[in-house]
Amino acid sequence: MFTLQKKETIDQSSLYTVPLIAIGCSLIFVFILFLLIGKNPVLAIFIIFIEPLLSVFGLSELIVKATPLIIIALGLSIGFRAGVWNIGAEGQFTIGALFGGASILAFYPTSGVWILPLSFFIAIIGGVLWGMIPAFFKARFNTNEILVSLMLTYVAILFLSGMVYGPLKNPDGFNFPESRLFHDSGTLPIIFPGTRAHIGFLVALLLAGLMYYLLKRHKFGYHVKVSGESTRALVFSGKSTNYMVYLSFIISGAFAGLAGVIEVSGPVGQLVPAIPVGYGFTAIIVAFLGRLNPLGIFFAGLLLALTYIGGEAAQIRLGLPNAITGVFQGVLLFSLLAAEAFTNYEVSLKKIRGNS
Amino acid sequence: MQNILEIDGVSKSFSDIQANNDISLYLRRGQIHALLGENGAGKSTLVKIIYGIVKPDHGSMILNGKTYEPDTPEVARNAGIGMVFQHFSLFESLSVLDNIILGQKGNLKKDSVLERLNSLQNEYDLHIDVNKIVATLSAGEKQKVEIIRCLLQDPKIMILDEPTSVLNPSEVEKLFNFLRKLSKQGMAVLYISHKLQEIKELCDTSTILRNGKVVKSCDTEGVTINELAQLMVGRAIDNKIKLSRPKQEPVLDIKNISYTNPDIYGTSLKEIKFSVNFGEIFGIGGISGNGQTELMKVLSGEVGLKSGNQILYHNEDISSLDINKRREKEIVFVPEDRLGHGAVSSLSLTENLLLTNLWDNNFFSNGVIDINYADEKTREVIEKFNVQCNGAGSLASSLSGGNLQKFVVGREIIKMPKLVICEQPTWGVDVGSASLIHNFLIEISNLGSTILIISQDMDELRSICHRIAIISNGVLSKSYDADYITPEDIAIEMAK
Repeated sequence: MFTLQKKETIDQSSLYTVPLIAIGCSLIFVFILFLLIGKNPVLAIFIIFIEPLLSVFGLSELIVKATPLIIIALGLSIGFRAGVWNIGAEGQFTIGALFGGASILAFYPTSGVWILPLSFFIAIIGGVLWGMIPAFFKARFNTNEILVSLMLTYVAILFLSGMVYGPLKNPDGFNFPESRLFHDSGTLPIIFPGTRAHIGFLVALLLAGLMYYLLKRHKFGYHVKVSGESTRALVFSGKSTNYMVYLSFIISGAFAGLAGVIEVSGPVGQLVPAIPVGYGFTAIIVAFLGRLNPLGIFFAGLLLALTYIGGEAAQIRLGLPNAITGVFQGVLLFSLLAAEAFTNYEVSLKKIRGNS
Repeated sequence: MQNILEIDGVSKSFSDIQANNDISLYLRRGQIHALLGENGAGKSTLVKIIYGIVKPDHGSMILNGKTYEPDTPEVARNAGIGMVFQHFSLFESLSVLDNIILGQKGNLKKDSVLERLNSLQNEYDLHIDVNKIVATLSAGEKQKVEIIRCLLQDPKIMILDEPTSVLNPSEVEKLFNFLRKLSKQGMAVLYISHKLQEIKELCDTSTILRNGKVVKSCDTEGVTINELAQLMVGRAIDNKIKLSRPKQEPVLDIKNISYTNPDIYGTSLKEIKFSVNFGEIFGIGGISGNGQTELMKVLSGEVGLKSGNQILYHNEDISSLDINKRREKEIVFVPEDRLGHGAVSSLSLTENLLLTNLWDNNFFSNGVIDINYADEKTREVIEKFNVQCNGAGSLASSLSGGNLQKFVVGREIIKMPKLVICEQPTWGVDVGSASLIHNFLIEISNLGSTILIISQDMDELRSICHRIAIISNGVLSKSYDADYITPEDIAIEMAK
């Protein structure tokens, strides 16, 4: 029988080696997968992982996809460090998109530089409110936040659909379930003309830097660190465990809500039922691949964005189903967890002895 | 008498620490052999080697004339080695009988177990109601269950690790009588302890370990307790600074506090009242699990009290204040567990210093940690309290228990607090560090600090306290003058 034993000392370099090993293993896995389905694995991997990086269009799309992933994952990482498991960022993202989008639509066709900041603010409120629901039930009744936050995702998605099919439907839209296209004051400025790359990416970059600083130097980051290690020590330091539950959900809800409004006022440009495309779930992988470190999350966000774009390329160029993106992401998470387990634990083989 | 177990030149190292260095030990039939040493001297490693948990790097063992190389505890048990651990491994929610049956090999019939149990109980006077749920037993009774479980396997050698740490004096006496009986019948007993008085009273032979090596193996008859202590510590132990007289002016006045524990197996506090005077060291003794941890948390504010309970501090009710508000009033707290409560193992010493200073704005500007200031304060603690480490940046987990405890206590004492509330301030700490910590406590009490110590170590309380009260089942006894409390008083109060 194999047994796992926790190692007494963990090599500090594992911070970098674990994600790299996981990426390596995942590439080997898809290599074999392509062989089995009769595609040229070298060409396929080139098309998915390299080619998008060689064109301006590919790079700008990378930025577009990475923006929500990075922002959501930054928020999630706080809770994950502190031992609070928000799995419902997708729902908070959706509510943020809806609140932010609705506030932009409310001022159609007024123009003003204040419209975007206001919609950002309202979206953040929406994300926080949605995140407060599992936090409240956890703090008050000790319910499992994983289940409650996850289930609320589906409520949020249906709520968005309800609004887009109903009150927010474009009056001139031939009854399609879509809102109006946002007017110019409700659309994010583009950073590279001719592409879809918008200033939301700069927001993500700024937030990563801010988060890095807060975690390293601020009292807030200190509480997060202590909470993740020991709740008894947290209470001894003067904060209750419920404080951490609320704080985690407020931050992850706010970040997911912000990502939501950036998505609708950026690349999408209107409210549609298909705004939630799984960024909130993929961000969980981003957070862990980035080792819950803001800078790590930034790079992990870019990598996972690449799998989205590569998946689309594989669809067009190789005739592969889009599911290839999900497969790669799943394998990556699996490899990551395995690599982490082997770094923190030692495997030893023990014989089973029969009872005498 | 012949040797039943011979340990020959056993060595074991963990990465860069030599836990056991060329240890030899001979255990005879019918002998009660003490294995004596401070924490970290290598006692546990040696026992783990004997019991098949750890494999030695070098050396050999001979059991009953045959080479003995246990791979697992199961092999050790089958070879006739029984072990009673310091921390019980019992299922709290099951009955005594179920616990005993679960510990045995193969499929056993209840009746046959009961039969053997009866004969054992009569033979050794180990009476216990087998239908009781383990959670309802006292620590002494739980230990009985462990011992019975061990005896049912017919061991030839019995190893006990710090068995008296959870017992009250009368239970200790019973345990000793039982062990003497065992040894008369030819059982070899390896008795691990750092309590010299007990060893002198019970054991025939002592092997003293220090820094992983055998310092001396000798008959206990011929040596004095002081000699044993010096062999164990390696130098003479500092004498205590004298206690000064406290003033008759209560600093902490607990009127009548009750606390219902939400944990069904936890202890609730019932109508606790006591007061601690200015400059006084007040001790609360008792066996572990009788409400000490709960009392500590109530006093620190980590758990809240219902209204109506009053904790008076300089005549002001602080019972509704949180822990940091209490710290602002120059009260400091040292909890029982160093790791995971009083300190966080994966954080540096500087970060651990912040753990109890988050209310202090000197450490922060607009919420941003002033690293230089915190580092400086940490170095002060390290220097003043002689904490052995690689500077303020070293992780708490890299410190030995004694050094971390010096840090955790020093972190609070350096503030020259008005009131210190500490639980087990020298638990699991080597004798040298313990005496250092005691001296610090006495020193600040002489300078006007008031101190409350909650501890299971009655010797500790008697040596440094002015007054002592005993907590039992969540009820606190009247207070005794520490110079006049007798072992009988303690036994009676503990059994209440």
